[in-house]
Amino acid sequence: MPSERGASAPTPDHFVADVEETPLADIDTVRLDDRPSNLWIDAWRDLRKRPIFWISAVVLLFIVVVALLPNLFASAPPNSDCQLSNSNGGPSAGHPLGYTLQGCDIYSRVVHGTSTSLSVGVVVIILTTVLGVVFGALAGYYGGWVDAILSRAGDIFFSIPYILAAVVIMSVLSEYRNVFVISLAIGLFSWPSTARVLRAEVLRVKNSDFVTASTAIGISRFKILLQHVLPNAIAPVIVVTTISLAAAITAEATLSYLGVGLPGSTMSWGNDISQGQRDLRSHPLPLVWPSLALVITVLSVILLGEALRNALDPRARASR
Amino acid sequence: MTTTNPISQHLLEVRDLKVGFRTQGGGEVQALKGVSFTIDPGETVAIVGESGSGKSTTAAAIINLLPGSGKITGGEVYFEGKDLAKASRHEMEQLRGKRIGFVPQDPMSNLNPVWSVGFQVEEAVKANGLATGRRDIRAKAIQVLQQAGLGDADKRLRQFPHQFSGGMRQRVLIGIGLAASPALLIADEPTSALDVTVQRRILDHLESLTENAGTALLFITHDLGLAAERASKLIVMYQGRIVEAGPSVELLRNPQHPYTQRLIAAAPSLASRRIQASGTKAVPVSSLAGVEEVDLLAAASEVAEHRGTTAAPAIVVEDLTKVFRIRRGGLKTEPFTAVDKVSFSIPKGTTTALVGESGSGKSTVARLLLKLEEPTSGSISIGGKRIESLKGREMLGLRRQMQPVFQDPYGSLDPLNNIGNTIAEPLRVHNVGDRGSRRDRVNELLDQVALPRAVAARFPNELSGGQRQRVAIARALALKPDIVILDEAVSALDVLVQAQILRLLADLQGELDLTYLFITHDLAVVRVIADNVAVMQKGRIVETARTDEVFDSPKEQYTRDLLDAIPGAGIQLGL
Repeated sequence: MPSERGASAPTPDHFVADVEETPLADIDTVRLDDRPSNLWIDAWRDLRKRPIFWISAVVLLFIVVVALLPNLFASAPPNSDCQLSNSNGGPSAGHPLGYTLQGCDIYSRVVHGTSTSLSVGVVVIILTTVLGVVFGALAGYYGGWVDAILSRAGDIFFSIPYILAAVVIMSVLSEYRNVFVISLAIGLFSWPSTARVLRAEVLRVKNSDFVTASTAIGISRFKILLQHVLPNAIAPVIVVTTISLAAAITAEATLSYLGVGLPGSTMSWGNDISQGQRDLRSHPLPLVWPSLALVITVLSVILLGEALRNALDPRARASR
Repeated sequence: MTTTNPISQHLLEVRDLKVGFRTQGGGEVQALKGVSFTIDPGETVAIVGESGSGKSTTAAAIINLLPGSGKITGGEVYFEGKDLAKASRHEMEQLRGKRIGFVPQDPMSNLNPVWSVGFQVEEAVKANGLATGRRDIRAKAIQVLQQAGLGDADKRLRQFPHQFSGGMRQRVLIGIGLAASPALLIADEPTSALDVTVQRRILDHLESLTENAGTALLFITHDLGLAAERASKLIVMYQGRIVEAGPSVELLRNPQHPYTQRLIAAAPSLASRRIQASGTKAVPVSSLAGVEEVDLLAAASEVAEHRGTTAAPAIVVEDLTKVFRIRRGGLKTEPFTAVDKVSFSIPKGTTTALVGESGSGKSTVARLLLKLEEPTSGSISIGGKRIESLKGREMLGLRRQMQPVFQDPYGSLDPLNNIGNTIAEPLRVHNVGDRGSRRDRVNELLDQVALPRAVAARFPNELSGGQRQRVAIARALALKPDIVILDEAVSALDVLVQAQILRLLADLQGELDLTYLFITHDLAVVRVIADNVAVMQKGRIVETARTDEVFDSPKEQYTRDLLDAIPGAGIQLGL
């Protein structure tokens, strides 16, 4: 079907493909056969296929249930029948993990210590997320002197190792040792990493054309931050938060182990590890069981974070 | 199997080349479905096609530089009698650089920013064994850069890529590509990131270099005009196949394959006059997908009718000046005049194109008009009203009157908002109507930009660049503005899609009596969309006139340079 312009026959060195074999497609047709997708939907589809995600999520869910309803798993209160005659005793009926130095049931102590570790972790990440998001978002979005002040404030907190800072705070506030104070001591010095990650993301997103387009529509600057910039910048914060959660649980155990954490009366894996080390050579079990609980919890959190990072970072996904 | 082929008399002979890419799901996508062509010594051949046509894949397959997931699945590539498709890694390393040079697409990312330019040229000289001994290598590097057109090469050796302009970097890359006097140079879109005048100078230089050395050139481009101007032979690729090939002029004058005909019809550099709106009614979806509707030549041959010469001006800009403070290390700043006493006015219902190269200040003018920046001095009136001191409610009124469409279709839509919400957002912000009426308006707008209504529930990453640009246009039109500022709105699109969007813009203008300020670096596009043209250079407007006048009798030398630099402008189609 030659048109007007292609009327004359081609010269011999002029190759033309068979039109039947190379049919014309419509220009720029819309394909809607795939399911709707955006970053979050894609991330979820990706996560669903990862065994690591499911394993860590199920383990964590179990740990949360244990923390919320410890009596479901260990009916005997942990310190109810501590008998010195059982000191460092091996497993026996109803006491599958044996006894501590004080003759208390290890299983019950580990189960009841879960909520302490988890509460510290949760309070710390709420604190770091709130502080980190406020500081990071405002610094990145408004720039200039706002950024200078907020970022320097973050740098000051960042320059002090949070374990050291927490040791100092807990020593000074030795009369007020409880879950909230220790969480405050850890959280107050660990938010700058969240703030930094978010600030960098906000800097990237705020120069997008869709932000300019929103300005031209007449949306106020702060609303644009909330409606368009933050949702597009928040993904890496979620990944950092899982790491903060793991770090906070470890930090509580470390502080309790050092004797500046929670008081001995509070059930905590860190306290139990601290007490278990005394007879480590002859009776390792009182130290091993709470340590194992700590490792499993932290490992699941970190693996969950890793799965999230891979799912939320398109580059990590593409390079597989 | 022998690797020599006595039959091939050509420098390069590609036979039935097939390339497949592994997909994430484990499947395979055929990028090249059997491509065959030849290049003789000293010949210049251009491969033309849209994105996704397989033109860059062809180039990468020839030199065995396919990205990780790509593989040659069939066919042969004979170069100087040797089948490169079966060559070992070592054999390829011997050939690359020495016998086959390669100039990559993006001059900004293809030089390593942490090494000096001299180091990188010397590296190439060493790798190809062109000289030994430090002094000789250095001398050869200087010679390479001088040949590439960098006069003060000896001083520039120590400089770093960021101290070079885009054009200079591309000269360095061309110099590296030609350093070993290869028999074949493959240039993959070597100038698509550069201004037209720079592009022209660089290609002229490349042409004289390859001509003198007798180097064959395989030139890959999306620009049909550019290809026809620079190459003796054209290869048109479409969906992984060659649809037409032949001598350039013959192919342009006598295109046989419907795809080539479509491509020539849509190439703005080859079209001649402004598209007229097709009518005052909404354009049905079907007509936009057809071949005929994107024929700019046919549209342009309709008698041009100059409208709006008596209408009241929609935009009046007087002595607009914007001075930025540029930081010069520490606390010192330096004034930089981005926009310098710019004055123009745009009659209602017409299109004025603001044309200039990068850094001319054209986008700053757009930002000043949109009140995204405050002018240093001068005045802007929109619909007879000064906008400098607008606040609050009046400011919202201005936003309703004037909306932008930006260049980057991948950045201008919030990736987390679905299309329906994106288009409805201006309505929500300005409290127009309730939920139901907003949904109706979104549907109406989707019809106007010829997108199916089902798109409303989708997210931007599911759409192509052209479709996203339609969504951006729909969002801009949601509040029924009088004025649309189009900042390079079609520059990032393939020619056929670009032609479609230009057509859509012209139709919408006729239908809704819109006033356009069309900002672009591409004079070729200007001719098909604009009534009036203002040419900007270094922050000043150097020439304003009706579009025909600018093209037929440009007054300023700079305008003439820009016009001369339009690729393919001088080619007679014999219409």
